[in-house]
Amino acid sequence: MMTSDSYITFENVRFSRGKNRIFDGVNIAIPRGKITAIMGPSGTGKTTLLRLIGGQIKPDSGTVRVDGLDVGRASSKSLLAMRRRLGMLFQNGALFTDLTAAENVAFPLREHSRLPEPMIQRMVTLKLQAVGLLEAAGHMPAALSGGMARRVALARALALDPELMLYDEPFTGQDPINVGVLLRLIASLNQALGLTSVLVSHDVTEALSIADYVVVLNQARIVASGSPDALRAQMSGNTFLRQFLEGAPDDDHSELGQRSARNFAEALGLLPRPDRAATASRRREVR
Amino acid sequence: MNGHRNAFLDGLALLGQAAMAAAAHSGQMVLFTGHLLWRLLPAWTRPRLIVQELYAIGVLSLVIILISGGFVGLVLGLQGYNILSKFNATESLGVMVALSLVRELGPVVTALLFAGRAGSAVTAEIALMKTTEQLSAMEMMAVDPLRRVVAPRFWGAVFSMPLLAGLFSLVGIAGGYFIGVVVLGVDPASYWGQIQQQMQPVDDVLNGVIKSLVFGAVIGLIAVFEGFNAEPTSLGISRATTRTVVLSSLSVLGLDFILTAWMFGA
Repeated sequence: MMTSDSYITFENVRFSRGKNRIFDGVNIAIPRGKITAIMGPSGTGKTTLLRLIGGQIKPDSGTVRVDGLDVGRASSKSLLAMRRRLGMLFQNGALFTDLTAAENVAFPLREHSRLPEPMIQRMVTLKLQAVGLLEAAGHMPAALSGGMARRVALARALALDPELMLYDEPFTGQDPINVGVLLRLIASLNQALGLTSVLVSHDVTEALSIADYVVVLNQARIVASGSPDALRAQMSGNTFLRQFLEGAPDDDHSELGQRSARNFAEALGLLPRPDRAATASRRREVR
Repeated sequence: MNGHRNAFLDGLALLGQAAMAAAAHSGQMVLFTGHLLWRLLPAWTRPRLIVQELYAIGVLSLVIILISGGFVGLVLGLQGYNILSKFNATESLGVMVALSLVRELGPVVTALLFAGRAGSAVTAEIALMKTTEQLSAMEMMAVDPLRRVVAPRFWGAVFSMPLLAGLFSLVGIAGGYFIGVVVLGVDPASYWGQIQQQMQPVDDVLNGVIKSLVFGAVIGLIAVFEGFNAEPTSLGISRATTRTVVLSSLSVLGLDFILTAWMFGA
């Protein structure tokens, strides 16, 4: 799906960390103005993918383009210019712990604009209002709940009116109410502000409910991609996809897997231990 | 026999690994210093950040520095009086205390205390910012953490050290005065007079200031480097703070010898 409507493209990207291959010739096209969910089990390099997009790390080979800019080879000046147009919501919020919620939201404005203080205050108020946390403006991050901290971080990420929003596991560790709030915020902000959003998550139901396009990663490769409906249609012919989307347990038919399952069942007392069973049968024979 | 040989080879391999790790660490530090040097002057476009660090690093270290300076002065006064009285030279107590403090003990003891109090705090703060992805978040906001977080803390350490060492020496001289003049009865005019006559503004005071500036820069560099390059785990933070204190203390003592040989050597 490499079209001119793609905001981000990964072209044959390879990336390793030590001996561990994270991406092995990955091709992804993230459409402009849509919500794209990058999904996969833990440890498949979803966060690494966001860092590649932000230019914090460079691919070993291949090209990552963000709005036409080759971020792996870009000068630091053009990289900084690109980052000013993106916002990122980190998994734990990454709020500055020595600043209040309002100061956190004001941080990028103070760093990148010469706006007068009353104007900055007004913009901070608007951003905090957008995430429904105006009353928490004066709170320090330590005084905020996990969900509130993530919403303050979202307001901070939106402070510079970005074109691209990156969300790193936004639903992890959140209660159902907060998940609902975040889902509504991500979807409505994307629509209202015309953003391109990349959402990295392993929360299948939540991510599929708001995503326009989904990419599923496993073992350094793309396993499936397409709209949520297209993905569901692919499920029957793709064992991993079915297992991942339905949250089914491993069906390990290998000898090692079977032995491990047997040992586990024996340890739990669900199966008689072979040594005890043999002793019992010998006793029976003696009698 | 084979067992001994294997143990020897294992030991050699461990030694080699340690040497490689130390070389890699040193290389990282040189690279980091290069990157930091480029940001030192631009950091002055936000002087407020440097003033904040002067407060956090310098002002908050005042209590430990002043109390320690007082005790060191008291001990110097007492020991000096005992030695000088054997030569009937107790009127030189003031200059002995002052020279010991301004040339050596002021910069060195302040630097050792400073490494423990402020250096470890700077390392822990930066390392925790790294662990909680605050530095990463800054980068993604197109804000350079080296310029915004690291450079102001480095400047804070460089400027705090001479001021703290100066105060340490002043309080120490006052401590020496208290024990020598008030308690042991040395003539106050001799105590101050000898200091005025014997102390040289350049040879003694300026050299002491240069020493403390160098120590401040070294401790600042080690503290920010260890914090910035800490492994982002609780164990990593603990190791980084320990390394800051150990490396800073050893560097201060080693550099003190080199600087003393250069400034006051024959």
